[in-house]
Parts: sequence; structure tokens; C-alpha cells
Amino acid sequence: MSTSENTKVALPAMTHTVGMPRHQKIIFIVLLAVLLALPFVVYPVFAMKVLCFALFACAFNLLLGFGGLLSFGHAAYFGMASYVCAHAAKVWGLTPELAILAGTATSAVLGLVIGSLAIRRQGIYFAMVTLAFAQMVYFFALQAKFTGGEDGIQSVPRNDLLGIFPMNDDMTFYFFVLAITYGGILFIYRITHSPFGQVLKSIRENEPRAVSLGYRVNRYKLMVFVLSATFAGLAGATKSQVFHLASLTDVHWTMSGEVVLMTLLGGMGTVLGPIVGAAIVVTMQNYLASLGAWVTVIQGCIFVIGVLLFREGIIGVLSRILKKPL
Amino acid sequence: MFELLGIPPQVLMGQLLIGLINGSFYAVLSLGLAVIFGLLNIINFAHGAQYMMGAFGAWMLLNYTGIGYWPALILSPIVVGAIGIALERTMISRLYKLDHLYGLLLTFGLALIIQGLFRNYYGVSGLPYAIPPALQGGQNLGFMFLPNYRGWVIIASVVVCFGTWFMIEKTRLGSYLRAATENPELVGAFGINVPRMITLTYGFGVGLAAFAGVLAAPIYSVNPNMGADLIIVVFAVVVIGGMGSIMGAILTGFGLGIIEGLTRVFYPEGSAVVIFVIMAIVLMIKPEGLFGNNA
Repeated sequence: MSTSENTKVALPAMTHTVGMPRHQKIIFIVLLAVLLALPFVVYPVFAMKVLCFALFACAFNLLLGFGGLLSFGHAAYFGMASYVCAHAAKVWGLTPELAILAGTATSAVLGLVIGSLAIRRQGIYFAMVTLAFAQMVYFFALQAKFTGGEDGIQSVPRNDLLGIFPMNDDMTFYFFVLAITYGGILFIYRITHSPFGQVLKSIRENEPRAVSLGYRVNRYKLMVFVLSATFAGLAGATKSQVFHLASLTDVHWTMSGEVVLMTLLGGMGTVLGPIVGAAIVVTMQNYLASLGAWVTVIQGCIFVIGVLLFREGIIGVLSRILKKPL
Repeated sequence: MFELLGIPPQVLMGQLLIGLINGSFYAVLSLGLAVIFGLLNIINFAHGAQYMMGAFGAWMLLNYTGIGYWPALILSPIVVGAIGIALERTMISRLYKLDHLYGLLLTFGLALIIQGLFRNYYGVSGLPYAIPPALQGGQNLGFMFLPNYRGWVIIASVVVCFGTWFMIEKTRLGSYLRAATENPELVGAFGINVPRMITLTYGFGVGLAAFAGVLAAPIYSVNPNMGADLIIVVFAVVVIGGMGSIMGAILTGFGLGIIEGLTRVFYPEGSAVVIFVIMAIVLMIKPEGLFGNNA
């Protein structure tokens, strides 16, 4: 752990190398191989759910793990994108790629508006502000006409990709979703390992020093906020196409809590952590769904244990043992 | 009676009253958050769950042991406060040296556990809790009808808020508390047991939340989710007021309740979001909060 543990979120050290380190290249190739084989092993819709949440958690981790900003309102971007995408596909009859694009763009704008206000406060106030704005978005989704209120937008069609390829087969659609999410995760990796990512890291570690070096800190914070909201939107929009549904669940604060849980469990500030965390949480929800409210209790327990004993997360611990950033 | 902008005074006064009631809960809850934050430097996400526990405490005392409203008003906050103290000693106290965000995440986890457990055993439909006999009925004030219980909620909240303010700002104990907020090491050097004070402060803040819960039990149905959405609004109240000042938290709470009530009269669609809109405006004009110092 770093020496700044007293004041900062403890994060595993990130070393900067030119290009992708060899072991990470191998990890990404193995990951792709696993994901290509996944729908032949498990139910494709379940596999797509894992992919969407993995991208969502990676987007969240971009903000928390690399920007040091804890947003408690990421459901707003995930959920609004899912509504707009569903509306675009159902009412406007847009093709999947355009509907997803519309949803993602909505989240980017929403992220710009909320982010420019939220970065005016730091630390826990930032968390409370993002949570409050997300609740405002929730009330909007509850009352607005196009979202369908309690019913949500149901039986959203999956139109033909590019107007040519039918996408109704889940197995076919899986590979489209895989392309989106894997591309998104690679893109996020690229952001965090760019000069921009290094500046973010310096702001996270020592904001006054970054200011004194002449960086416009708020501009960087806003940029990473918008990027994070955009990728969260991409995940949400894709999810509404997967399930033919956009509902209030996606925009509720429990969803914001879940993405925090996934990232904490997997390991904040790691590349693979959010993916592993998302896979575990989604699997758990899937198999424990019959237990009802006990799932909430179990999630709460993971939070408590994670914060008290296990702050590095699964991948964080692995990364420390192997002495390699994962 | 006069009419204001075409709104009958009964409607206006009725909504103002509801606003004042909501404001009472905002004030007591944000006060508890501010007291806890001042000394512990954590945001108590479990505050809403503890408010719910207070209401359930009153319900359980009545239905399992036959203890009525008035003893419950004292007993339930004490029991919930004691549970809070146990949580502080066993878990929260381990996080003081870490980033504040961990305190938020831990108490969020605790809130999930508490709400999940209550949902399991009591469902989500809500349980009724009768208004105590002494406070049934109401007063006709000429321009409006004031139910006795609602009047009592406002009076009790005001008394508790100003009692807390007096204790913190005007008594010797309060001066220790304020000193420990500024510099815990120095206060410890004077021979005051700061860790114990922190523990008791957390217990007190949690007790305040439970007290609000008991007050709320006869108005809203006793429901495992009753605190979850409320606490997010209270967070917005805290951001608007800033947590640096006890009086600030109280005034912001009541004030925003009234504004919310007025919005329900003049623009009902906006009443759910008006507090968040005000938060956005405050963030633009005075980001540190109306009563805040740079935190």
C-alpha cells in the first residue's frame, strides 16, 4: 500500500510503461478467448448481462480508481441511456447501433451537466451530490411520459443491425455485445494508460501539487467524469437491447450501490478488478434470486467485510502477491 | 378569508403544514448527520436505516410488549442508539485513519443489511401505528384545521433541535465536543477521553434519527424502506446547508421543508425534485453551502 494511506483511498501502485506490458497483453488475449467461448458454456443472455455490468463497473472504476472520485449516482447514466436507447429502438425504430449511440450520447450530456456541478465539491460531499442528482433523475424517470413510469419500456424490439443483419438470435447478438463491451474496456484501458491518465493519477495523489504544476484540475476531473458517464451509458444502452427492457431498476440508487460493490469487490484501480467483481455479483444475483431480500443482506455483508478487511479487492490482492499490476 | 393567487388558504396552509412536518424530519436527521460528521468525519449512510429502526422499535414495543407511545419515544432511541454504539465500537472506529469514503461505504453496507433484514421479516407493505390517545383529534384555528399529532411533531422537533443546539453551543460538554472537532489530539492531551466521546456522539446522532423515526411512525406507515429515500433528500439538505454549523442544519431543514410544501401548492409536478434543484443552484452560487465553511 502507498504511504498516503491516511488521506487517500488506498490503491495499488500503477507503473507507467510504454505500450501494454507483456503480461497484460496475455491477460487481454486470454480474456477475449474466455469471452468468445462463454455463450457456449452458459446461457447467452446471462453472459451478455455479465458483459454489460463488466463495462459499467469499468466505467465506474475509471472515475473512482483512476480519478479518485466516488460517484454514488452512476445509475443515472446507466438508466437514462437504457431508457433513451429503448425509446429510440421502439418508437423511432432505430437500428441497434444507432439506438445505443443515442442512449450513450444522452449519458454523455447528462454527465457533463451533473459533473460540472458535482466537481465543485470534494470527497464525501461529491458522493452526496452525485447521489442526490441521480435521485432527481430517478424522479424524472418516474414521472416523465416516455419512460412509462412503473412499467418501464417493455418489449423493446431488436431491429436489424445496420438495417441488414437480424439480431433476434441471442447467440448472434452476444458477439455484437461482446464487440461493444470488449472495445469499451480496451478504450478505458487506453485512457488510463495515456498521458491524460497520468495527470489524473497525479490529481488523485496530490491535487494541490497538480494545480501548482499548472494543470487545470477541474477540467481533467470533468473530462474523466464525462468519459465515465459515457461508458456507463454505453453499458446501460446495450443492456436495454439485451433484455428488451428499460425499467426503474436501472436508474434506482440500488444500481449505483451495486456498481460500487462490484468495483470494491474486484479491486479499485485495477484493470481486471471491475470485470471480476461484476461477474461475481451478477452470478450471485442470478443464483440467489430466490432468496429475495437476503441478496441485499449478503451484498451489505460483502460491503462491510470488503471495507473492513479487504480494501484491495480480489484482483488487488492477487496483484500484490504476483507483484504485477493486473 | 383572502385568496392568494387563486389558491384557497386552506390548501396553502395544509401544504405548508405538511412542508413543516417534512422539514421537522429533515432538520432532526440532518442535525444528527452534522453532529456525527463534525466529530467522526464520516457520513452516516445508515442514518435512514436507523430512523426506520426507531419507528420499528416503537411498533415492536407496542405489539410485542404492550409498551405505548410515550415510553417508546424514550426507549426506542436509547435501544437504537445502543446498537449504533456497538456498531461504532466494532466496525466504524477501525476506519478513522482511512479516507472518509470508506466510512460512507461501510455505513452504506450496514444500511443494506439492516433494511434487508427488516424486509425479510416484515415485508414492504408497511405496518400501521396508531396515534396515541392524548394526541388524537385536532384544533380548528379558524383558517385551517390542525391535527393535534402534527402540531406535536413540529413542537417536539423544534424542542429537540434547539436542545441539541444549546447543548453543543452553550454547555461545558458541548465545548469539549466542539474542541474535539477542531483538534482531537489536543483535547485528549487535556485528559478528556476523546474516543469515548466519539462513541457517545455517534450513539447520540443515531438516537436522534431513531427519535425522528418514532415521531414519524403514526404519520407514515412503519415500513423497512421508509428511511432509504428520505436519507437521499437529507443528503441534499446537508449539501445545501453545509455541515459546519448546527443551527445551519436546523434552519436549512425546516426551510427546505416549507419550500417543498409551497412547491406542492404552486407546481405539484416539481415537488419531488425542488430540493435537488435548489442544491444545483447552491452549488453554482455558493458551492460550500449556505452555512458551510470550506470542507
